[in-house]
Amino acid sequence: MRNAPFVTNYLSEHLADDAYATLDGYQRADGYAAARKAVRELSPDEVIEQIELSGLTGRGGAGFSTGRKWSFMPRDERPALLVCNADESEPGSFKDRLLLERAPHKILEGILIAAWATRAQKTFVYVRGEYAAAAAAVERAVAEAYEGGLLGDDIMGSGFRHEIVVVRGAGAYICGEETGLLESLEGKKGQPRKKPPYPAERGAFGLPTTVNNVETFAHVPHIIANGVAWFRSFGTEQSPGTTLFGVSGQVLRPGLFELPLGTRLDEIVFEHAGGVPEGRKVKGVIPGGVSMPILPAGQLDVRMANEFLHERHTRLGTGGVIVMDDTTCMVRVASVISYFFRDESCGQCTQCREGTGFINKLVDRIERGAGEERDIGILLDVAGSMEGQTICAFSDAAAWPIQALLRHFRSDFEAHLGTETCPFPASFES
Amino acid sequence: MISDATRSAVAELMKHFPEKRGALLPALHLIQRELGHVATETAVEVAELFELHPVQVLEVVRFYNLIYDAPQAQHHVTVCTNLSCSLRGARRLLRQLEAHLGVVAGTATPDGRIHLGHEECLGACAGAPMMRVDERYHEDLDVETAKSILDALE
Repeated sequence: MRNAPFVTNYLSEHLADDAYATLDGYQRADGYAAARKAVRELSPDEVIEQIELSGLTGRGGAGFSTGRKWSFMPRDERPALLVCNADESEPGSFKDRLLLERAPHKILEGILIAAWATRAQKTFVYVRGEYAAAAAAVERAVAEAYEGGLLGDDIMGSGFRHEIVVVRGAGAYICGEETGLLESLEGKKGQPRKKPPYPAERGAFGLPTTVNNVETFAHVPHIIANGVAWFRSFGTEQSPGTTLFGVSGQVLRPGLFELPLGTRLDEIVFEHAGGVPEGRKVKGVIPGGVSMPILPAGQLDVRMANEFLHERHTRLGTGGVIVMDDTTCMVRVASVISYFFRDESCGQCTQCREGTGFINKLVDRIERGAGEERDIGILLDVAGSMEGQTICAFSDAAAWPIQALLRHFRSDFEAHLGTETCPFPASFES
Repeated sequence: MISDATRSAVAELMKHFPEKRGALLPALHLIQRELGHVATETAVEVAELFELHPVQVLEVVRFYNLIYDAPQAQHHVTVCTNLSCSLRGARRLLRQLEAHLGVVAGTATPDGRIHLGHEECLGACAGAPMMRVDERYHEDLDVETAKSILDALE
């Protein structure tokens, strides 16, 4: 076994090693042994079974069972496709970029195993347009893999054939939504599709398609190499394994921390990221990218896994933890977040297109001191009308943070009513 | 005009997709690398290559922030101003760079050297504040470092 059970950073242990991004370096660390095992010793169904039993859940935000997703792929005569969603753009998230830049072969190995399991002939790796270095790293790795017989017509002498194509996005947050991504892959505007049909039935180009996030693929070789019991020795019963928590904002040591799912949020913020600057206190923490509802300082005892975060009306999202200290004005936070959603709404659904703009204007009016008492109620009404009404989850993701900011920090909004001066003079600049 | 070399590169790209339209975004990247932007006349040429209506190309050009439909400054500089970066002074940095270049964010210097803008999260949150200069990331910036990076641009 390449990873002894006590190694708790299996995804990130080699990320500091430049050579790990090369085929040689990756193979020196036993890279591609799991893919070899899969294609030589395991049937596709056995691989799906292992992944399903492992309890691996998607690390892109939705948290769905990876093995079940793979099992949805129909067995018909149509060629199957696989898509690696490397369109990371949820604000506060940067784990996929580091994996792509520092461990591209680990992603490719996960893709190969998934391709074997889902009988896919081709994978599109859709890399966010701004991620030039990551796209270059993956392109280099793909070229090396073809040269090394790890991609192409007869992979590892098994007769299995697979092709990987790297596609660069062009600057649209919504393409991270899986059906928006599929539209973009087809050469269209990245506007999400109605589901059903789900991608397994009709994905890219009408073909059966599985879409997984970068980090999700990275876990796969470790599960195949070390087994289900090993993987389940990390994390919780419902959320096994580790994940890469990206901590940013007002902490002393922002960075990427690989920890088991279920790790307490206060441990992440204080022990790993060093807590807030001296003399300050935590005011609020967003647990998983700006779409996820914020938690106030009193609720940092929560364990970071969806089954626990649900109880606090929030979710793990991408694991992008954003920390705000007590200088922070939450109206300004609402302004930054609502601007983002207004800017990135694809404009397809009325509730989202109109709602995101309306919320941003209203928040800014409150911040300027031109707001009235009833505006807070209107904000909540509009946010409520955006939930569950649209083609994709973007609209919900725009409503949740505003609802949570008002749930936990309503007094910040009230303090802004009728006054031009921010009650938090030391807050970050607008 | 799209060059013959780029045209054959686009034809090559098309082979990688089950339908050739899939190569549209990669093709637009290539064409933009050659011509600097994708003008309406260029979009019409692209539409011919892909057997699409020009509107189907133009709507894609306009949907994506990194495909430009008008001539661009020599360098694109974007400061990330989403939450993680703003919490660490990104908006102050952007104001200081505006003053340094004598432009308002969202516009270019009169000589067409630098377009300064802001960006909604570039995925470098632990290196905040940060900026992207053309294709390169610069992280953990202070204003002096950022200014000297801009001054060193051609």
